[in-house]
Formats: sequence, structure tokens, C-alpha cells
Amino acid sequence: MSDSVLAVHLPALLVVLPLVSAPVCLLLRDAGYAWAYTLVVSWCVFALAIVLLWQVFVEGTISYAMGAWAVPWGIEYRIDMPGALMVLIVSSIGSVVMPYAYTSVRHEIGESRSSLFYTCYLLCLTGLLCVVVTGDAFNLFVFLEISSLSSYVLISLGATRRSLTAAYQYLVMGTIGATFILIGVGLLYMMTGTLNMVDLSQRLSPICETRTIQVAFAFMTVGVSLKLALFPLHLWLPNAYTYAPSVISAFLAATATKVGVYVLLRFFFTVFGSRFSFESMHVGDILMILAVVAMFVASVVAVFQDNVKRMLAYSSVAQVGYIILGISLATVAGISAGMIHLFNHALIKGALFLAMGCIFLRTGSVDIQDMAGLARKMPLTMAAFVVGGLSLIGIPLTAGFISKWYLVEAALDGGHWPLAALILTSSLIALAYVWRVVEAAYFQPPGAGLHEVREAPVAMLVPTWVLIGANLYFGIDASLISRVARLGAETLLGFTG
Amino acid sequence: MMEYIGLYNYWIVIMVMMIGFYIVIARPNLIKKIIGLFIFQTSVFILFISMAKVEGGTAPIIGEGITAYSNPLPHVLILTAIVVGVATTALGLALVVRIREAYGTINEDEIHVQDEVNE
Repeated sequence: MSDSVLAVHLPALLVVLPLVSAPVCLLLRDAGYAWAYTLVVSWCVFALAIVLLWQVFVEGTISYAMGAWAVPWGIEYRIDMPGALMVLIVSSIGSVVMPYAYTSVRHEIGESRSSLFYTCYLLCLTGLLCVVVTGDAFNLFVFLEISSLSSYVLISLGATRRSLTAAYQYLVMGTIGATFILIGVGLLYMMTGTLNMVDLSQRLSPICETRTIQVAFAFMTVGVSLKLALFPLHLWLPNAYTYAPSVISAFLAATATKVGVYVLLRFFFTVFGSRFSFESMHVGDILMILAVVAMFVASVVAVFQDNVKRMLAYSSVAQVGYIILGISLATVAGISAGMIHLFNHALIKGALFLAMGCIFLRTGSVDIQDMAGLARKMPLTMAAFVVGGLSLIGIPLTAGFISKWYLVEAALDGGHWPLAALILTSSLIALAYVWRVVEAAYFQPPGAGLHEVREAPVAMLVPTWVLIGANLYFGIDASLISRVARLGAETLLGFTG
Repeated sequence: MMEYIGLYNYWIVIMVMMIGFYIVIARPNLIKKIIGLFIFQTSVFILFISMAKVEGGTAPIIGEGITAYSNPLPHVLILTAIVVGVATTALGLALVVRIREAYGTINEDEIHVQDEVNE
């Protein structure tokens, strides 16, 4: 297998396939063809991601010289354990939401603009995948912008006019973030004369105490934090996720911020090294405080939202807090807890936003008032929401419990017992907002407007339940994901080769 | 003192960046915000171009008797960054056109008022 041409060029294929497919998709015009084509492409990408993860498992880190230009002059694609895990997350969510997209996109965006939607979707997928696999700092910026630009377009395709202002707001803040990253890359290049991440890390260690490198570090951290919506740089996120089309809310909530977290990990650990990041710049302390504030403030704000998509968006900000909290500990336990929650939260939020999309399709609203008694009309959708909600809170037998378990363990491990208490307390706030929806849907009489409402179509229920099933599966058997995350954390901290 | 004056192009970078950033924050007009954003990005282009200059170096074309060349790579990088910037600006302006069609205004404050009335 490893001798075949296909296997050697796997990292390039992963990116080139969706990139080349995007313009083809635009030429198809017809909504049905474009959808079928995108479905096939996204499933192929998923298959490639599985093979890639397996290859990394067997052979260790893969280094691929793009266009056969020798590293470090050419662009290197570098896939190690955390990278392979991220590729798997992005491509699996990307392929699961596609069967769902057909009905949802036709309903929310319309036949005429569907092929444009799928084109942007493929570009967004390309960008996210390439950000993960690239080993070149400038290449990372370019593909981050490809994914961001296409996600602005995707968000602006939402049903109401507020999606336009949400996309505009995201565009302004996202571009400022990207420009900060570009400044950071520029300063690094100025000092080292290289853009390759591994090469950078070697050349940085003797000069890392200079002002220029410290400034580069600060710009990078703030820029990436904007992209991953770390509190208080999250202001673009609630509107963007609320007014985006349902498929895109689910896709971006599960992947875009996660890729941002991955970029942060890459810069902190691979490029700058954990000694510099955490011991001389003390970024861990700052991140820890911001993460805890995010967990509480965003969760409390979520309780008071009447629009459930907005509630979930604020909850996303809080969950990014948990992930960053794990990373801020800078221990193997902490980083692997952060990565486990990154994976689990992708499953949770993907499922919850897909359930919201089902409800929006049938009732035309995602307000809590309009969900009164909905459980009688749409039992399967609401059941999915309940299981996803339980996972969000962290009830045993769901994926969320595993994340919370590892996070608490990592906090105790580092001697931060107040953090463990804070993690558990903030989970209770999640109980409050999930309960508001459950209470409305299960314990209130159905409103007059619900007579015509039916259960969502099978094509939309199946993807939702696949993600819910994954939540339950990874809640019961977490050995695989915890092993991958631990290996990933060890790779990042440089314990193993 | 001379040390600070000698770095004048970096001072220009900082000034241009802050001017752009100020426009993005302070102006309610959505088109002016996009202009500010582009000025903000432009400052980074100047930063990259400045760092490419090697003292006494010429254009990076091999010739007789030339020993020092300026670094061509930042120019290439910035060419890509300019493309990204132009794409961002184009998309931002396209969004403003759509916002104008939907709201009848490109003033951020008036859009907020309209959104709150509809809540």
C-alpha cells in the first residue's frame, strides 16, 4: 500500500481534490447534480482522511514536499498525530452534513443559488484541511483566508437579512485576525529567514528572547484567538452562527473554531516551543483566566437567549473556553484533555445544530417560544436534541462526560483543584440552558401553529442521529480517542519522535 | 535618536496601521470601514517590503560585479497577500451592496436600529 503512487501523494490529494472540485461544481449549475457531486467529493475526502490516520499510526509523522521542492525551501505538508486527528474531524463532519444538506439547502437557499453554495462549501473544506496539514507558516495564512472568505459567503446565504450584517461583522473581525497572523509570520521571517515550521522552531530557540520574536508571538496569539473566538474576541461568533444556514452553522461550529485551536497548538508547541510560550511568555496564565471567564460569562449569557441557535452559539464560546483551559495547563494530561474535548465538542455541536436545522425546516423558527410542545410532533428530532444536550452538560455515557472527566483529572493532576470545581460548576449552567429547551418542548402544550408540523425527513434525521450515535459511542468507549489524543499531546510536547 | 529616525519606514507602518484600524472602529459607514480595513492590510505589505531591503543590495537579478541582492521572497509573499486583500475587499463591498438592498442604508447605527425594531 505504502508503495503505490496514490499513498505517497495522499497529503496533496486531500487538499487538491476538494480544491479542483470547487470550480467544477460551479459549472454544474443544477442543484441536484451539484449536491451529488459535492457528496461524492466529501466522502472521498473522508476516505482519504481515514487512510491518512492509519498511515500516521503505522509509519509515524508524514512529511510531503509539495511539487517536489525540497524542504525547507518548498512548501512542506506535515501530518502528525494531532494533525491526522483534526483532518479526520473536519472531513467526517464535512461528509456527515452533506446528505443532510440537500433538503435543508433547497429550503433555505433555493435551487438557483445551490451550486454556488456547494462551491463555497468545497472551498471552505479545502481551506480548513490545508490549514491543518500544511507545515508552512505563510501557506497556513493563505488557506486560513480561503476558508474564512468562503465561510463569510456561506454565512451571508442565510435566510434573513441579518445574515448579511453577521457575515460583514465576521469579515471585518476575521480579516483583522488574519492580518495579525500575517504580521506575526512577517516578523518571524524577518528574524529567521524561513517559513517552514520545523525549521522555524530550530532557528528560533537561540533568539527567542528578543523583542521581535516576543512581538511576533503576541500578534500570532491575538490573531489566532480572534479566529477561534476566544473570549473576549468572540463577538463575531454568536451572530454568524445564529443567522447562517443550518448546515453551515453545524459545519462551522464543529470545524472552523477547532481548526483555529489547532493552529494555536501548532504555534505554541511546534513553532515557539512550550518553554518559550508558557515559561517565558506566561501565556498559560492569561489563557487560563480568559478560558474560565469564557466558561462562565458565555454560559450565563446562553441561559438568557430565546433564539436556540444563538444559545448554542454562546455555548460554543463557553466550550472553546474548556478546550483552551486544557491547553493552558501545558501538560500531557491537559493538552490531551483539550484535544478530546475538541473532538467531542465537534460531535456535540454538530448534532445540536443539525437538530435545530430539522426544527427550522418544519416550523420556520428556532425560538424557544415556538418550540412549546414540539416533542409530540417531532419526537426523533427532540430526542436527538436531548441526548446532544446531555452530552453538552457532561452526563455519564455521553462523549461530553469523557471530556469533562479528562479535564477535571488534568486540573487535579496539575494541582489546580479550584479549576476542577469551576469546570463542574459551569457545567451546571449548561444544564440550565438545555433544560429551558427541554421544558418548552416536552412539558408545555403544543402551540396553535404546530398542527401542520411533521417529523423531519429521513435524509436529515439520519445525519443528526449518526452524530448523536457517535456521541454515545465515544461516551462509552473512549479508549481510541484518548489514545490518539495522548499520542498527539506527546508529539506536541516533544516527548516522542 | 538617529536609531529611531533610521527606522522610519517601520514608523510609517505603525501609523498607517493605526489609521486603518481607527477607521474600522470609529466610522459607522460600512464602505469606509472596508477602506479602513484595506489601509490596515496595506501597512503589513509595507512591513514585508521593508524587510526585504538589504543595505547596498540591488534588484535580485544576477549580473557582473554585484555581490549583494535584496531578498525577493517577501515581495512574492506580499503578492499573495495583496490578492487575499483584494478578495476580502471585493467580498466586503459585495456584502455592503446586499446590505444596502436589504436595509436601504449603509450606516451601521441605522442598521442596528432597524434590527432592534424587528426583534
